[in-house]
Amino acid sequence: MDLTQTDRDIMEGLQGRAAADALGLVLRFAQAVGAERLLPCASAHVDGCLYHGQASLDFVERFVALKGRVKVATTLNVGSVDLIHPELFIGDPALGAAGKRLMEAHVELGCTPSFTCAPYQTLLRPKFGDQLAWAESNAIVFANSVIGARTNRYGDFIDLACALTGRVPDYGLHRTENRLARVIVELSGFEDADPDQAGGIAVAAGLIVGRECGSTIAAITGLPRSTSEDDLKALGAAAASSGSVAMFHAVGLTPEAPDLATATGGFDAPIVARLGPADIAGILARLSTVADGAPLTAVALGTPHFSLTEFERLMPMLDLAPFSVPVYVNTGRHEWGQLMRDGRAARLEAAGVTVVVDTCTYVTAIIRDLSGAVMTNSGKWAYYAPGNLGVDVAFGTLADTMLSARAGRVVRA
Amino acid sequence: MSLRYLVAGSAEGPVLALAEPLSFWGGFDSASGKVIDRFHPQHGACLSGSILFMERGRGSSSGASVLAEAIRLGTAPAAIILLDADAIIATGALVAQMLYRIDCPVLAIGERTEWQSLSALPRLVIEAGPDAVRITQPA
Repeated sequence: MDLTQTDRDIMEGLQGRAAADALGLVLRFAQAVGAERLLPCASAHVDGCLYHGQASLDFVERFVALKGRVKVATTLNVGSVDLIHPELFIGDPALGAAGKRLMEAHVELGCTPSFTCAPYQTLLRPKFGDQLAWAESNAIVFANSVIGARTNRYGDFIDLACALTGRVPDYGLHRTENRLARVIVELSGFEDADPDQAGGIAVAAGLIVGRECGSTIAAITGLPRSTSEDDLKALGAAAASSGSVAMFHAVGLTPEAPDLATATGGFDAPIVARLGPADIAGILARLSTVADGAPLTAVALGTPHFSLTEFERLMPMLDLAPFSVPVYVNTGRHEWGQLMRDGRAARLEAAGVTVVVDTCTYVTAIIRDLSGAVMTNSGKWAYYAPGNLGVDVAFGTLADTMLSARAGRVVRA
Repeated sequence: MSLRYLVAGSAEGPVLALAEPLSFWGGFDSASGKVIDRFHPQHGACLSGSILFMERGRGSSSGASVLAEAIRLGTAPAAIILLDADAIIATGALVAQMLYRIDCPVLAIGERTEWQSLSALPRLVIEAGPDAVRITQPA
């Protein structure tokens, strides 16, 4: 390992015992991944606030006891409880208390209490080329693919260790030569799809990229022209659910892929999947565990956290008939603050929408009635919730979910 | 063979080879040690104490916490033998070692035929550290 003077200073305790202790973990991690040196990082996004058991708490309390402070701007991913609306948590109180302490302990280390899986939307948008130590699979994919910042798939613990030292191992996607596409996923027949359909197409493309490409970077061609940044967010989240995807190129849409030749660096990449309308429809149909017409008990939106643009799309859909099942929307507290200020929070509440912040309905006990199916427009929610919550799921576009929330059963626009 | 260790330690146990990669977060229950991903072909299998063969990592970065917690609870695999190195799995095992001094060695084999032939053996002994990495059958 090629250590700089900064690394040696941290190791010798000149930046405190917590930083020295954390650097020990960063260096053992660097050895494991084959990095030869460390780089300074611009920011960290820490995914350690979701309580997974005593180990989560033991790790962060170790650094609190050593009086640690993060050395770079550090945002926090979702926790187990909504600290602004704690009454929404209906799980085991001991679990709720441990989850709350975990969130607070991270703030004591100097992390920003953002509690969002989408810090890139408003709070801490990295710049093209920034070196990052980010965790949370959807945030990693978004930062690399949609922004062109550079991070590997850092997990819980190592993200905080990088934040406490301001150092990140130089390997993988931090290096230009590792960011080129090596395979192609080709879509055809979707160029003119409407914005509502584009959401579902992005989810299906993401699921296939995850399944077929694993951690190999794919260049996706043929996405609809109407594909939005929110759709790319959904694509990345789905890809990182079905595979260990850290980055993709959407040709013509993402910054390192103005055209296919740039995305691949001229490499003759094989086409690993060709998808037409029937394939996409089949992939999306398999996400649902219930048939159309099945009764619903809730609708869950905002996985990853709803952006202000997504709220803009949702608002006009509230003015129709009242909902017959609860509608939950996860978002960041920063976005929620904006909704409070501009009056949209009140309109959402009046329409029967429960806005959930700081956490997410697929990782914690928020949805009260799980006796029927839950409908979502999120590939990630559909992928994980049946395992996490033991619930049936129906996948649809945003318009489908709103129609179904009124009908109380699965219907399609 | 490009065998190397990601996390040092010793272990012995029965081999359990996963047909597909597993996301520890969302796919594995640290309380019971079982696979809970309904899409996984080995849904319901118990991984506790096994020498787990898994091609590569998968899914959410929270997998590291779930693995560390399982190691603390004694429900984790005894060792994890990957084909390709995975940082999230390595982190979970490194942190359990740091906090609880319990070893769950993690190795990357790097070569498919070797990984496959080892995964077909009934029981293995793993010794991994800076001086040597050994995968042997018990005497």
